[in-house]
Amino acid sequence: MSDPDRRDTIVRYAAGVRTNHWTVALFFVLAALSGLALFHPALFWLSHLFGGGPWTRILHPYIGLIMMIAFLFLAGVMWKDNRMQDRDWAWLRQMKDVVNNREDRLPEVARYNAGQKLLFFVLVACMLGLVLSGIVMWRAYFSLYFPVGVIRAASLAHALFAFVLICAIIVHIYAAIWVKGSVHAMARGTVTPGWAWKHHRAWFRETTHATDSRPRSD
Amino acid sequence: MALQSLNIKRRSATTTPSPSVREPATGTVAKLIDTTKCIGCKACQTACMEWNDLRDEIGTNVGTYDNPRDLSDKSWTVMRFTEYENPKGDLEWLIRKDGCMHCEDPGCLKACPAPGAIVQYTNGIVDFHEENCIGCGYCVTGCPFDVPRISKKDHKAYKCTLCSDRVSVGLEPACVKTCPTGAIVFGTKEDMQQHAAERVEDLKSRGFEHAGLYDPAGVGGTHVMYVLHHADQPQLYSDLPADPHISPMVGLWKGIGKPLALAGIALTALAGFFHYIRVGRNEVGERDEQAAAQDKDKPS
Repeated sequence: MSDPDRRDTIVRYAAGVRTNHWTVALFFVLAALSGLALFHPALFWLSHLFGGGPWTRILHPYIGLIMMIAFLFLAGVMWKDNRMQDRDWAWLRQMKDVVNNREDRLPEVARYNAGQKLLFFVLVACMLGLVLSGIVMWRAYFSLYFPVGVIRAASLAHALFAFVLICAIIVHIYAAIWVKGSVHAMARGTVTPGWAWKHHRAWFRETTHATDSRPRSD
Repeated sequence: MALQSLNIKRRSATTTPSPSVREPATGTVAKLIDTTKCIGCKACQTACMEWNDLRDEIGTNVGTYDNPRDLSDKSWTVMRFTEYENPKGDLEWLIRKDGCMHCEDPGCLKACPAPGAIVQYTNGIVDFHEENCIGCGYCVTGCPFDVPRISKKDHKAYKCTLCSDRVSVGLEPACVKTCPTGAIVFGTKEDMQQHAAERVEDLKSRGFEHAGLYDPAGVGGTHVMYVLHHADQPQLYSDLPADPHISPMVGLWKGIGKPLALAGIALTALAGFFHYIRVGRNEVGERDEQAAAQDKDKPS
């Protein structure tokens, strides 16, 4: 799996996870654009990207479902490494050091840091909330089974979950740009040892010091 | 159809003013339905079908006089029959012609995401323009009276137009034209309120002490109003809501929620941009690579 020209790189994301991640990402962008078109009149023009208003209304729920299913696989693979530990809470308390790039003062980080873990659980909650409220709002097939009060609550909840999800993803995208090397890790799969040592030292040691030094399959 | 003779007060999913310079000098219009004069003949339903060229599916009898059972994309008005036993033990047959109430503050229009799919004319009529409708059903979610229906055939929303096409050329709505007892009348809202006041006075003198006009303030008043024998209990009339208003959930979702959410999203992106400008990227240097190489060689 390692790059023959860069023998010293570490595999962070294998091809399967990268495909899975970018499937979720693609369908997130489509769901967000089509959803925003229906959310605010100032963004209704986005519906033209999907072939007009009715097509946006038809496609949006299916796009969301595909995103949700792809996300389920991704979350399943990543769940284990995203459990919060004591040192994660300490990491979060030092948010000032985090945002000011004073990483040397922070507790050691394993495969994911506390910010990534928090994002992970926000995404899980939002995705669940979106799919459940979205089904209630799906007029063509499901709305007739729910009283109007439930549909109203679902509509509000859907907008709220989508808002939180979009903001969370903006933070996620910026964080990937901010911590240089992260985009490459998810695009091509590998990181340098220095990157792993600096940002995820516990994971670096676990990976390089293990008796069987092969990278994890995920 | 956008009828130029009727000017636009509000237009769905539109943030700038619509053509609305011309306003009716006599004020808005209203249809007054006097439930105390209604004999339940359903001529209004028939007239609605004829004028609008609608023929609903023939349904089945469910043991009431309601026929069809409910409003649909092809039945824009339905007479709802209630058998009410009053405190004296007498039977009262309460008949209400159901359909769009043409709210002054329409929940359907507030919820609609498609520009121009729902308009409110300066004369007060709320009209659906199906060519702009995307079929999402938000109007159903927004309506306090459960009126709009989405067609299974074309996935567009339909409801009573208050015969906007007739009104625009000086005619009264078809149901008004046909009503044999004069239970449905049409005119300016002011005239209809005056007419209703006379009817209420008459009803009170006949022993209906709670007779009154149903013109609910919670939706800013309506352009279809009822005279009720029991205005203190509108729910007797097939669950006519006592205090209808746009649900606070719809208000939040399609009101303040919209600009706040967009502002929040924009601020999040801006926060990232300014973090980049002020703090910059977190990069790995040669020293980190060397430290990693040393760390790797250490026995675990």
